[in-house]
Amino acid sequence: MTELAANDPLPKPKRDIAPILLPIALALVTIPLIGSPSTWLTLTAASLAMGMMIFIMASGLTLVFGLMDVLNFGHGAFIAVGAYVATLVFAPFAASVQADSLWVNLAVLAPAALLSMAVSGALGLVVERVLILPVYGQHLKQILMTTGGLIVAEQTLYALWGPQIIPMPLPASLRGSFILGDVAIAKYRVLATLIGLAVFIAIQLVLNRTKLGLLIRAGVENREMVEALGYRIRRLFLGVFMTGSALAGLGGVMWALYREQVHASMSDELTVLIFVVVIIGGLGSIGGCFIGAILVAMVANYGGFLVPKLALVSNILLMVAILMWRPRGLYAVTSR
Amino acid sequence: MMILSGDPPRSRVLTLVLVVIILALAATPFLFPGAKALNVAAKICVFAALVASYDLLLGYTGSVSFAHTMFYGIGSYAIAIALYGMGPNWAAVATGIVVGLPLAALLALAIGLFSLRVAAIFFAMITLAVASAFQVLASQLSWLTGGEDGRSFQLPELLRPGTVLISKSLFGFEINGRILTFYLVFAVSALMILALLRVVNSPFGRVLQAIRENRFRAEALGFRTVFHLTYANCLAALVAAGAGILNALWLRYAGPDTSLSFSIMLDILLMVVIGGMGTIYGAIIGATIFILAQNYLQSLMGVASKAASEAGLPLLPGLLHPDRWLLWLGLLFIASVYFFPTGVVGRLRSGGGDKSAGASH
Repeated sequence: MTELAANDPLPKPKRDIAPILLPIALALVTIPLIGSPSTWLTLTAASLAMGMMIFIMASGLTLVFGLMDVLNFGHGAFIAVGAYVATLVFAPFAASVQADSLWVNLAVLAPAALLSMAVSGALGLVVERVLILPVYGQHLKQILMTTGGLIVAEQTLYALWGPQIIPMPLPASLRGSFILGDVAIAKYRVLATLIGLAVFIAIQLVLNRTKLGLLIRAGVENREMVEALGYRIRRLFLGVFMTGSALAGLGGVMWALYREQVHASMSDELTVLIFVVVIIGGLGSIGGCFIGAILVAMVANYGGFLVPKLALVSNILLMVAILMWRPRGLYAVTSR
Repeated sequence: MMILSGDPPRSRVLTLVLVVIILALAATPFLFPGAKALNVAAKICVFAALVASYDLLLGYTGSVSFAHTMFYGIGSYAIAIALYGMGPNWAAVATGIVVGLPLAALLALAIGLFSLRVAAIFFAMITLAVASAFQVLASQLSWLTGGEDGRSFQLPELLRPGTVLISKSLFGFEINGRILTFYLVFAVSALMILALLRVVNSPFGRVLQAIRENRFRAEALGFRTVFHLTYANCLAALVAAGAGILNALWLRYAGPDTSLSFSIMLDILLMVVIGGMGTIYGAIIGATIFILAQNYLQSLMGVASKAASEAGLPLLPGLLHPDRWLLWLGLLFIASVYFFPTGVVGRLRSGGGDKSAGASH
C-alpha cells in the first residue's frame, strides 16, 4: 500500500466492468447466430428500447429497496395505474392522437405522461403512509402488506374500468420506422430509448452529484446521524418512494403505448419481469438494474428470434445463469 | 398428546373450535346432504393441509415463498396425467404419486440451493419468478398438460360415485365411492397435518424457529441454516404436492385455474395470516373460515351488488360485484396483517401467555 500525500485525491474503489461487458458480449456473440446484419440491428434496437422501458419500471423498485430497505411487491400496481390514467387523457383527445403532426401528438402525450406520473406518485404517497410506514424494517410484513396492496389496486382497476382490454393507439407521428439502408428502426423505439437513457442519467446525477443525493445516501448509511444534523429523513424517504412510484407510472404509459393496449393484469406480468431484472442487477443497484433490463430484453428479443419456444422461460434461465456467476446479482450493493 | 406431538391447542376456545371443525368435516356426508357441502368440506381438508405446509415455511422459517402453488400443481398434474394416460387404475395412481412427489421435492431442493443461501427477500422474488415460468410451461406444453383446458380423468372403479359400497337400506345412508374418496381426502389431509405438527415440534422445528428469530445467531451456534431451510422447503413442497394429489383426485381434474393460478397462492397466504402464522393449527382455522366465506359470501355479494345497482348508487355495484371478491379479500388481508399479526390462533392463545406466534423478519 502506498502512502497518500495530503493533497492526493482519495483512492477510488476499483470499477467493476465485467457486468457492463456482458450485454456487449451477448450482442456480439449473436451476430453470427442471427446471420443477417440488418435483422440483428433491428433486434438490437428493439432490445435497447424494451430494456429502457423495463429499466424505467424497475428503477423505482430497486431505488426504493436500495435506499429505504423496503421491498414493494405492489410496484406493478403503480405501472398499471399509470397506464390506465393515460387512457383518461388519450380517450377524449383521440383526434389529436391520430393527427398527423408531431407537435399536436406531443401535446397529448406529454400531459398524459405527466398526469400518470402525478397520479401514481400520489398513490405512492398513500401507500407509503398507509401500508409501509407501520412495517418499516420488517421484510416479511412488507411483503405481505404490499402484496395485499397489489390485490386491492388491481381489483379496484377492474371495478373502475371493467375487465376488458383497453386499446391505446400509438400517436400517428410515432408510428412507422426510420429506414437506414435496409435496416428499419421503429420511431417509438428510438423515443423510448432516449427517455430511458435520460432517466438513467438523471437518477445517477441526482444521487451522485447533488446535495439531495448525498443526504439520501447518508440517510441510508446512518439515519440517526442525518436526523441529528437537522434533516428530516422521513420526508426524504417519502420523496424517494413517490419518485419510484412516479417512474413506475411513466414506465406504465410507455409500456402501454408499446403494446398499444392497457389491461389490469399487466401489473402481474410486469411484476415478474421487473423482479427478474432487479434480482439480476443486484437488489438496490441502479447500474445493475440498467444492465439487467438490457440483458433481459436482449435475451427476450434474440431468444425469441432464434428459439421461439425457449423465449417463454428465457428470463428465468438468464436469472439462474447470472446467479450462478454472482449469487447476489451483478452488482451486490449491500451485505443484506 | 402423543398424536399431537406434545403441542396441544393450549386454549379452551381453540380446542373447542378445532373439535367442532374436525367433527363437522368428518360427519359432513351424513350431516349436510348435497354435493356442494361435500365439495366445500373436501376443499377445506385439502387446503388445511396445503396451508399447514405453507405455514412450515412462512410461520416457522419466516421465508415467503410464492412457489407453493407450483408444488401443489405438480402433485395435481402428476396424478392427472398418469390417470389420463394410463387409464383409471391403481397403477396409474401409484405412478402419479411416485413421479409427482419426488419431482416436487427435487424442484424445491434446486430452488432452495439457489436462493436460500442469499437472503429471504431474494427467496420471495425468485420463487415468484420460477412459479410464473412454471405456469407458462404448464399452459404451453399442451400435449402433456392439456394447456388451458387442463386434464379431466376417471378414477379407479372403487372411488367412482356410481360404486355403491353399502346400500341405503342398512343405515339410511348410501356409502358410495364418492364418500369413500372424501374420507380418503380427509384421512390423508389429517395425517399430513399431524406429520407437520410432528416436524415443527421436533428439534429440527426448533432450529427453524431459531433461524426465523435470528439467522445470524443460529448460524453462529453451528447450525447449517441453508441445510435446514432447504430441508424445510423440500418437506413443505412434498406436503403441498400431496395436497395437490388429493385435490386432483377429488375434482377428477387438474388445470391451471384449480391448481396453479396466482390467486390460489394469495388464498393460501391469506389463510395462513388469518389462521395465525407459526401454529399449524392456524391452517385448519384459516382454511375453514376462508373457504366457507368464499363459497357462501360470494352469493351474498351478488345480492348486495344487485340491491346497490337497483338503488342507483354509483360505483358500489361494481365494487360489490361477486367477481370483485378478491378486492375485499385484499383489504381483509392488509387489515389482518396490520391488526391481527398473530391470527385467530394467536389471539385465542394470547390468554395463555404464548407470544411466539406472528413472526417478524
